[in-house]
Amino acid sequence: MTGIINVSRRDFLKTTATIGGGLILGCSLSLGPAEGAAAEGSAGPATLNAFVRIGTDDIVTIIVTHSEMGQGVYTSLPMLVAEELECDWNKIVAEAAPVDPVYNHTQWGVQATGGSTSLTSEWERLRKLGASAREMLIAAAALDWKVDKKTCRAENGTVIHSGGKKLTYGQLAAKSANMEVPKEVRLKDPSEFKIIGKPVHRLDTPEKTNGKAVFGIDVNIPGMLVALVERPPVFGGKVVSFKADKAKAVPGVKDVVQVPSGVAVVATGFWPAKLGRDALEVTWDDGPNAKLSTEAMREQYAGLAKTPGMVARKEGTPQQALAGAAKTLTAEYEVPYLAQATMEPLNCVVDLRADSCEVWTGTQSQTADRDAAAQISGLKPEQVRLHTMLLGGGFGRRGNPQSDFVSQAVHVAKAAKSPVKVIWTREDDMKGGWYRPMWYDRIAAGVGENGNLVAWQHTIVGQSVAAGTASEPVFVRDGVDETSVQGARDIPYDIPNILVDLHTPKIGVPVQWWRSVGHSHTAFVVECFLDEVAHAAGKDPYEFRRKLLDKQPRHKAVLELVAEKADWGKPLLEGRGRGIALHKSFDSFVAYVAEVSVSASGEVRVERVVCAVDCGRVVNPNGIEAQMEGGIAFGLTAALYGAITLKDGRVQQTNFGNYPLLELREMPKVEVHTVPSTEAPTGTGEPGVPPIAPAVANAIFSATGKRIRRLPIRAEDVKKT
Amino acid sequence: MTERKDAEAFPKLKLNVNHTEYTVAVQPDTPLLWVIRENLGLTGTKFGCGMSICGSCIVHVEGEAVRSCVTPVSEVVGKRITTIEGLSADGNHPVQKAWIEDEVPQCGYCHSGQIMGAAALLAQNPTPTDADIDDAMSDILCRCGTYQRIRRAVHRASQIMAEGGQKK
Repeated sequence: MTGIINVSRRDFLKTTATIGGGLILGCSLSLGPAEGAAAEGSAGPATLNAFVRIGTDDIVTIIVTHSEMGQGVYTSLPMLVAEELECDWNKIVAEAAPVDPVYNHTQWGVQATGGSTSLTSEWERLRKLGASAREMLIAAAALDWKVDKKTCRAENGTVIHSGGKKLTYGQLAAKSANMEVPKEVRLKDPSEFKIIGKPVHRLDTPEKTNGKAVFGIDVNIPGMLVALVERPPVFGGKVVSFKADKAKAVPGVKDVVQVPSGVAVVATGFWPAKLGRDALEVTWDDGPNAKLSTEAMREQYAGLAKTPGMVARKEGTPQQALAGAAKTLTAEYEVPYLAQATMEPLNCVVDLRADSCEVWTGTQSQTADRDAAAQISGLKPEQVRLHTMLLGGGFGRRGNPQSDFVSQAVHVAKAAKSPVKVIWTREDDMKGGWYRPMWYDRIAAGVGENGNLVAWQHTIVGQSVAAGTASEPVFVRDGVDETSVQGARDIPYDIPNILVDLHTPKIGVPVQWWRSVGHSHTAFVVECFLDEVAHAAGKDPYEFRRKLLDKQPRHKAVLELVAEKADWGKPLLEGRGRGIALHKSFDSFVAYVAEVSVSASGEVRVERVVCAVDCGRVVNPNGIEAQMEGGIAFGLTAALYGAITLKDGRVQQTNFGNYPLLELREMPKVEVHTVPSTEAPTGTGEPGVPPIAPAVANAIFSATGKRIRRLPIRAEDVKKT
Repeated sequence: MTERKDAEAFPKLKLNVNHTEYTVAVQPDTPLLWVIRENLGLTGTKFGCGMSICGSCIVHVEGEAVRSCVTPVSEVVGKRITTIEGLSADGNHPVQKAWIEDEVPQCGYCHSGQIMGAAALLAQNPTPTDADIDDAMSDILCRCGTYQRIRRAVHRASQIMAEGGQKK
């Protein structure tokens, strides 16, 4: 994160004609002779970084600066441009942006996708771009017709004169490139929106149903070899020596090379590379993590949780209030390491030459990955071209703080002296670290005589995902990583005495972003424990929450909506339970009511989930619904199955057999309800995940009287006794 | 040191994929998945687990859903193989149409396998119940969680087939 780059709009928006005679509206940050409208056939398009290209064929290409990993930005972001551009939605093509500062996230100062921020990053910028292009097209038409601009309007990819004359954007594209970029544009009043807020079909669905969508793993370049890397079985391990004879004897194996992350077997294809790697003999120095075990860590964490940590929030006099409360409750909660387990295993294609390096990969972190490739190849960043391919899932893993999968591929290409695609097998991916941290929480509450919640003390133990990375200065303040306490420090309920503190043990397991980051664990702890408190206070868990939310109208509104839609309070069938949970993350508010049935043997089935979401102004209702469904499934996988464990320094999970994902037959019926809002839109990629585990755990309590205080949910914790 | 064999020494195998005859020179135990992807350049079929767990690699062999990641290529010589690219001429198989209508994919990576699995199910059972869909489709994994839509789209595809199949 290099800070925010501010560029005034006048310097920012530029225009040029394409070689084919279309319009490119884009931006240039290089204040050199390349500025301004370039002459036709010049290097204009190369120096001008396009955001919108309008071709003479009427095709409107929108360059998307955020990575498409399923969350729908190749549709939602073009919608913002199209709303103001008044173009024909059927003529829109979304294209991944190359790496350049002009494509930086508007708040982060680097090109990256995460934190459910794509819409908030682009809400203003893309609408202004669309409006500017529209004004230039209108100006070009007015000039052509020798009429006043005010008598012309733009509609569905054409400019229409009040007298009835019409020209398509394609016909106007070349001429509009000579128009001045408007200094100011008026953005539509939301009441005028034609696209924003409407259920728009994703632009990328057809290619994702006919095999044509190109993910990173699908890239094929001339002369490319395929490599698999044997990495140390223990995090931080090192190669002592290796014998490559048997690997090299496998037909198709071309080379065996050592790289910083391990030993790469380079072959004509995946299968010979795999057979070669199977035959490779490596002697490892396991290093300091050789004895690491999650069992031992759990004991360490449980001990730490009983001691005061770094204070993240303190209000009132929590200790005294607890001591003086009519009733106190204490509980310990724990959740394991989790793998992102994207369906597309990690991979990266690199073509390294003397004076250039080309990288094709699905990444959430373009600037950092490009810079890493430059550093390893000894080139300047501008000599590296990174192509962002479709991501077969990201969930945080493809925004690695050390650019691990890109760095590794550049190293392999360098050592093998060949264009190369490095593919991670599922096992490599699963055992490869960079997990959601394991967490252990100890939490206490005090309830007054009247059943009011008077004190809350929450101690969190777990690794920091930001410590030691480039984002440490952004997230870590006074020893507290914001991402460790998010969702706990900002607990929305009105409690007079609060203490939230944090222990950040240093453990040799690499950790990083995992869809919803810290919220994935804090929502579970806070929302389950609040349910315990409500029960102890003899209150209905919905009413108990609602009464504590008088100062939080948006929280309260989603909670009320979900309760209404889920028929909260209505009797359920025997053996069923209903649970409620509410959580705000990434500025979006989500509440769930889950209905579960529990078998005698303790098997949990989630039957139905009712969702209420407030993500500000709705951009694409289809997208929101899909993200809520997806967040529920992703969160249910964690609630029911997810656990990465270590023994003797080795990760014990290898593939979907021992790290199962939710299956179709287990998918509950999901109903999504949106709270109407005029606030600026916020993201939905992550906010759907956090509240599902607590909603289900609370439903299990209502069905069985058993409290779930650790994930994944185990039959032994559920079984009625 | 074991004696080195050259890739050129691999036996030549004849494959019929999407009604096209191909000759490939690969080690006979190479999984069909990698031959399709790397030798034939048909990358719509995906690698997910390599162990027949996730279903991203499903293709049709003689109309049956087969996990190409664990199928040695030598086993399908002379058989009729269909990949997602060959499921329909124009992306208009009823399952593909239903997938587009119901807006099923998110990241999209697993959906070649989902669609091939659904098409094989519907070929055998044109009007599947929810339970039939559960049985046939539950071992095709989707990390994005598109299952609710998959179920809906399989029913929709069944309806499209009943209404007259592939015509637009």
